[in-house]
Amino acid sequence: MSMLSFEKKYRVRGGTLLGGDLFDFWVGPFYVGFFGVTTIFFSLLGTLLIVYGAAIGPTWNLWQISIAPPDLSYGLGLAPLAEGGLWQIITFCAIGAFVSWVLRQAEISRKLGMGLHIPFAFSFAVLAYITLVVIRPLLLGAWGHGFPYGILSHLDWVSNVGYQFLHFHYNPAHMLAVTFFFTTTLALSMHGSLILAVTNPPKDDDVVKTAEHENTFFRDDIGYSIGALGIHRLGLFVALSAGFWSAVCIVISGPFWTRGWPEWWNWWLELPIWN
Amino acid sequence: MKMNKLLRSSALVVTLGSVFIAGCEQPDGETVQLGYRGTGMEAVYNPDTLQAKIDANQVPDPQPKVPTTGPKARDIYQNVQVLGDLSVGEFTRLMAAMTEWVSPEEGCNYCHNAADFADDAPYTKRVARVMIGMTQRANEKWQPHVGDTGVTCYTCHRGKNIPEYVWSTDPGHPHAKGIASAQQNIASASVGYSSLPYDPFTPFLEDNAEIRNASDTALPTGNRTSIKQTEWTYSLMMHFSDSLGVNCTYCHNSRAFASWEQSSPARTTAWHGIRMVRELNNDFINSTTSYLPDNRKGPLGDPLKVSCETCHQGAYKPLYGAPMLKDYPNLSSLDEAATAQYLKAALSE
Repeated sequence: MSMLSFEKKYRVRGGTLLGGDLFDFWVGPFYVGFFGVTTIFFSLLGTLLIVYGAAIGPTWNLWQISIAPPDLSYGLGLAPLAEGGLWQIITFCAIGAFVSWVLRQAEISRKLGMGLHIPFAFSFAVLAYITLVVIRPLLLGAWGHGFPYGILSHLDWVSNVGYQFLHFHYNPAHMLAVTFFFTTTLALSMHGSLILAVTNPPKDDDVVKTAEHENTFFRDDIGYSIGALGIHRLGLFVALSAGFWSAVCIVISGPFWTRGWPEWWNWWLELPIWN
Repeated sequence: MKMNKLLRSSALVVTLGSVFIAGCEQPDGETVQLGYRGTGMEAVYNPDTLQAKIDANQVPDPQPKVPTTGPKARDIYQNVQVLGDLSVGEFTRLMAAMTEWVSPEEGCNYCHNAADFADDAPYTKRVARVMIGMTQRANEKWQPHVGDTGVTCYTCHRGKNIPEYVWSTDPGHPHAKGIASAQQNIASASVGYSSLPYDPFTPFLEDNAEIRNASDTALPTGNRTSIKQTEWTYSLMMHFSDSLGVNCTYCHNSRAFASWEQSSPARTTAWHGIRMVRELNNDFINSTTSYLPDNRKGPLGDPLKVSCETCHQGAYKPLYGAPMLKDYPNLSSLDEAATAQYLKAALSE
């Protein structure tokens, strides 16, 4: 397979976290590495187990296939395959695959001599998943608190878990998470439109604009420009905060709060200032 | 300079963090599965508050049993309009139980003229008569809701003259002039401290307002129910949840609130409960309006009425399902004719 002209200098030995030279090679354009192999292993096994679960389940409708966690009565023990055991193994595979991918990103970053920003960022998504299917179930004492693996069924789970606390929008961490998600999309759209604008000058002016133009635009527009590097730091912060507070908002629901979320705010009503 | 910044930001984190934690509970939640695994239908409890609730919902020991034979109450006492078919022994036993349940401190004289027990002058006596009829109606006609567990005076009263959880029509709260009161947006205990309309009782538990508002088709086909109406329904549902110490998933699978096929059997019980409460409020409690003193009425002059919380008091079954009625079976034998007669008398007053 052909290689891009600049690609050669990145294809260097070393930088691996585990196993030395083992699997330290490329297949076509793809770096393999020890964690590439484990990623393939876990994702293939997990996916095939989902297919098996669908095969012994009631439907082949893609929307409705669901691999459900065990009944709460199994607690933190193992369940029979057809009664949640599959979910347990698939969860194990998923975590294996996700963590392998983080570590593969770390190895590639090391090869490239760059910082670990990418594995660090992706690990927030992995952390959110692990919070849902491991940390919170452990805190509540049963694997059955994990969410089912199905396109529609996981949404139903989200809905019902929200309604377990009467009105989830009153969850303070959910508020933060939602705000960060919206801020992420706002920042990305503003930044994206700015970049598209400066790199696509009008036909009668074929000069691609520079950072000075970018700064000037936002200083005129909102009185401040965070700068070309700053916007990426800000973007990383708001995006990771969204994932982080999502994990917080679910892990506190149940383990640290058992009533309706509206009631949580009674600490405000009970402040000694007016109470 | 850098140190200062670090100090300041860590102080901020500590402050915000402690506010956050102070609002929360110890990590020790207890859960009950309510639906198929993985649907997320679960009850969530704090074991400490649950234990406190269970302790607060214990039933008193039943009065000693007495023979059911012997002369009837109506032949021995005067002016016995209800429970007249009971033997004198049973009648007295029930009176003793009612005193224990409703007026343990005031004793018989809370309802009776000490000089003449047959005297109907004390309003409390007339109310008690209506309440007996109400209890019998609930036990007899509303089996789908109360089951064999049934209700007694104690289910609501718990040793108090007036049950702790009663309601009257809310006259509303002060609001800025020129702005219509939306009857909501106050952190009201009646709706779980949400911003929802704070008096779901009057429209739904006294009047017959339509509770259902979901469309049963994916595309608009003429359902004109507004978001505002939906909020009223939600406020009633908040009241249910709070009253029973459960959450929405006790009755509903929230993927399709309206679908009976996907709801739990508890929703059927609740459906009957709504109709029962409406009947008890309209046919019985409201019939006492004319002779109730003002301190037994709400600010708008309507009597104090029942809601789900009046009996349930935070338990999914009142008194956690303790079957009190079996010790007082007379509270379920409804004498329709007698009830109709004194209700008519009460209303014509």
